[in-house]
Amino acid sequence: MPKDGIGAPTKRREDLRFLTGNGRYTDDINLKGQLYAHFIRSEVAHGQLNSVSTTAAEAMPGVVRIFTGEDFVTIGSIPCGWQVTDRFGAPMQEPRHPVLAHGKVRHVGDPIAVVVAESLAEARDAAEAVEIDITELPPVLDMKAALAPDAPKVHEELTSNLCYDWGFVEENKSAVDAAFASAAHVVSLELVNNRLIANPMEPRVAVGEYNAWDDQSTLYTTSQNPHVIRLLMGAFVLGIPEHKLRVVAPDVGGGFGTKIFHYAEEAFVTFASRQLKRPVKWTSTRMEAFVSDAHGRDHVTKIELALDAEHNFTALRTDTYANMGAYLSTFAPSVPTWLHGTLMAGNYKTPLIYVNVKAVFTNTVPVDAYRGAGRPEATFQLERLVDKAARELGVSPIELRRQNFIKPDQFPYQTPVAVVYDTGNYHATLDKLIEISDHAGFEARALESKARGKLRGFGIAHYIEACGIAPSHLVGQLGARAGLYESATVRVNATGSISVFTGSHSHGQGHETSFAQVVADMIGIPATQIDIVHGDTANTPMGMGTYGSRSLAVGGSAIVRATEKIVNKAKKIAAHLLEAAEADIELKDGKFSVAGTDKSVDWAGVTLAAYVPHNYPLESLEPGLEETAFYDPSNFTYPSGGYGCEVEVDPETGEVTILAFSAADDFGNIVNPLIVEGQVHGGIGQGIGQALLEHAVYDDQGQLLSGSLMDYAMPRALHVPFFRVDHSSCTPCTHNPLGVKGCGEAGAIGSPPAVVNAVIDALHRGGYTGIKHIDMPLSPARVWAAMQNS
Amino acid sequence: MTKLTMTVNGRKMSGTAEGRTLLSDFLRQDLGLTGTHVGCDTSQCGACTVHIDGLAVKSCAVLAMECEGAEVTTIEGMANKDGSLSVLQQAFQDHHGLQCGFCTPGMVMSAAALLQDNPRPSETEIRHHLEGNICRCTGYHNIVKAVLAASGQPVPEGVTATD
Repeated sequence: MPKDGIGAPTKRREDLRFLTGNGRYTDDINLKGQLYAHFIRSEVAHGQLNSVSTTAAEAMPGVVRIFTGEDFVTIGSIPCGWQVTDRFGAPMQEPRHPVLAHGKVRHVGDPIAVVVAESLAEARDAAEAVEIDITELPPVLDMKAALAPDAPKVHEELTSNLCYDWGFVEENKSAVDAAFASAAHVVSLELVNNRLIANPMEPRVAVGEYNAWDDQSTLYTTSQNPHVIRLLMGAFVLGIPEHKLRVVAPDVGGGFGTKIFHYAEEAFVTFASRQLKRPVKWTSTRMEAFVSDAHGRDHVTKIELALDAEHNFTALRTDTYANMGAYLSTFAPSVPTWLHGTLMAGNYKTPLIYVNVKAVFTNTVPVDAYRGAGRPEATFQLERLVDKAARELGVSPIELRRQNFIKPDQFPYQTPVAVVYDTGNYHATLDKLIEISDHAGFEARALESKARGKLRGFGIAHYIEACGIAPSHLVGQLGARAGLYESATVRVNATGSISVFTGSHSHGQGHETSFAQVVADMIGIPATQIDIVHGDTANTPMGMGTYGSRSLAVGGSAIVRATEKIVNKAKKIAAHLLEAAEADIELKDGKFSVAGTDKSVDWAGVTLAAYVPHNYPLESLEPGLEETAFYDPSNFTYPSGGYGCEVEVDPETGEVTILAFSAADDFGNIVNPLIVEGQVHGGIGQGIGQALLEHAVYDDQGQLLSGSLMDYAMPRALHVPFFRVDHSSCTPCTHNPLGVKGCGEAGAIGSPPAVVNAVIDALHRGGYTGIKHIDMPLSPARVWAAMQNS
Repeated sequence: MTKLTMTVNGRKMSGTAEGRTLLSDFLRQDLGLTGTHVGCDTSQCGACTVHIDGLAVKSCAVLAMECEGAEVTTIEGMANKDGSLSVLQQAFQDHHGLQCGFCTPGMVMSAAALLQDNPRPSETEIRHHLEGNICRCTGYHNIVKAVLAASGQPVPEGVTATD
């Protein structure tokens, strides 16, 4: 067994380039003869676009060409990758999404024209001279108001601003209603899941290049899934076949969902570079990112829980309005539906569930997946509601959860919302959380806070997640317009080193380290002999990319399958070299031996024979040692865990300080615990950001008030404590070869309700018992106002 | 365009800049030192932090012209002379203090300046000092841990990395 195999907390190999300034991010790429694109964006939320006059600007120094919506009327619409069917069996309303606005602008930031010039400064200067005539229209902002019969329409060609009205499971609706009618207790809560902006630290960048000699276009872009961009942009927008289009996503500075989607800027630079026969580069400014990167969350929900006299959950009913923004971003329709409704059982045995979701168009930036995507929204509702139920019933929130948990011997567990959890042990993660958060010592700490005039509170949340998205046949039935497998090619070189080509993309997750550990473990050679190659459609097999905590569960499984093929073939070669039967060959620690003998050949001996086949069974075996596998999972994976937060509230100011945060997760088997721990830390950081700080706020004219890092409060080092993280409660996934579940989103899913529950606990302990809920972010102003109104 | 000379990472380097050229753009575009990153436009994120005459400065908030004759150090100049990682850089790797790597150059430059002024900073002092550097990946846990470790201080429990 190599020391850097599965389970080893190996240091990340990618760190060496990042720590020395040798990373290669998209903005570091500069091509010979490159032009610069500057996007002119709408400054109003909703308006009739009467004219765009470029005459004066075209005469400015350095200007090569100015593009407007007119240039794109015959070009395809930016496509949506998921079609949801509504409660009545009709497809969702799906408006056209032009590369550049034509006829109308629909949100602040909607691109209207692009100046392409010799330098960025010249492009920006000339943009000042482009004259745009817009007649402002009343904006549609509030989701419920958007559905009024007389509301202005975001898209004239649609019948209303309703994208879809989705019910799940529709057949359960009357049984759910009946259960509520006969319930001993009903607890309800209205809440907002605040609109967020992902803000990966690297803004988006796109560079388009066209080579006439082979009629080949290349797009360098900040993407989590270059193959998906190639498919969407090539097939649906620009009509470029895959073999004439290469998409490269080099080092990418964080994604968090917002770099999954296909964006207009990618199509633009590719299109313009073909028109102008010169490379065209666009680099987003941060303020531009605020109004052009897809936003996240933005749900308004009413949720109700029915309980019997013994406090068993008997039914759950939710009613959610989900903001789509002005256009349908790539996976937007799936987020409030299949990534949200299917998780409403949480960790509980609730037998009857009905979820209604109305997706609404508004004059705001499109909303799509952000770390967790639908699952944080489901967990937040449920875990806030269970806490409220415990408070209203006068029981312990820990015991109420424990009583209603699915028991460890009940797996596999069929929920009433379609999914089957394969494994889990919620009692174990909850027990571990209680231990690592020193819950037993809380009362003493609360007294100490009280002595200092502060209110201390403790809150927990227990989440379920569906990761490793997902079986293609299933997602196809649910409306996905893509398969969700992953592929890998394992190329063994003559001297035994290995290049692994994967369709998963790494943008902080450390795949180059952990994927190498998997292959090293299977063959028994050091991971240092293995390279992981990703991010370029020209040299990797088809890929569906990195999102939904799927890389190891799906992409890693494809690597396992390809490596198994390699090992099988290598055993045949070894059997020939050792003059033994293939069935007698054993592979251990990088050495093939004949069982029960001292005859052996090492890894490099076999790989050399594959490429120098002088003594080789050519009649039955091809030379070479390279294999490809596609892996399509049979189910989602279901990570789960208990999160605990301890806060102090200053009753004078309403300021919340997080004193401790603990997480006990079940991620199944773990390949690199160092990386897993880091993923949890990062998720918790973002979840605390959502709970206390972050909020994308529009005014009543549709102007984004939190439109820069001066205005949008990102979590900083001061806002968080050291975290206590445990992943010793492990129930391996039963249906993928690694037994892994995925860890990328958990922190962002479990932490917001834990924080809010802790603040409510602190306020109640301080005597503010009238406070039922405070919407995120729990800013000092909101907490203070709630205390005054209590 | 005006000719401009400064000492960068110990080497005298020249280029041309407009009056409005920012130091961050000059380093990236003219000198090809792309290790310095630009993550925002309001001097909030700190990814572009470099040292100018020994002080940690956000290079997006300085005009290149202001640095005529200055001593500038960027992330490319932080490793030991033999190319191995410095103590601080090594601590970032040992404690998994980076994920996507985009904020990392600024974090290292900012933390290096802290350790120069305050060789044994407390956890709170580290968190205060890094207030001007935003990381979206790590939740700061392992960054603070790395700075504590680099200054020879005990770190909170967690997974211990191996080679």
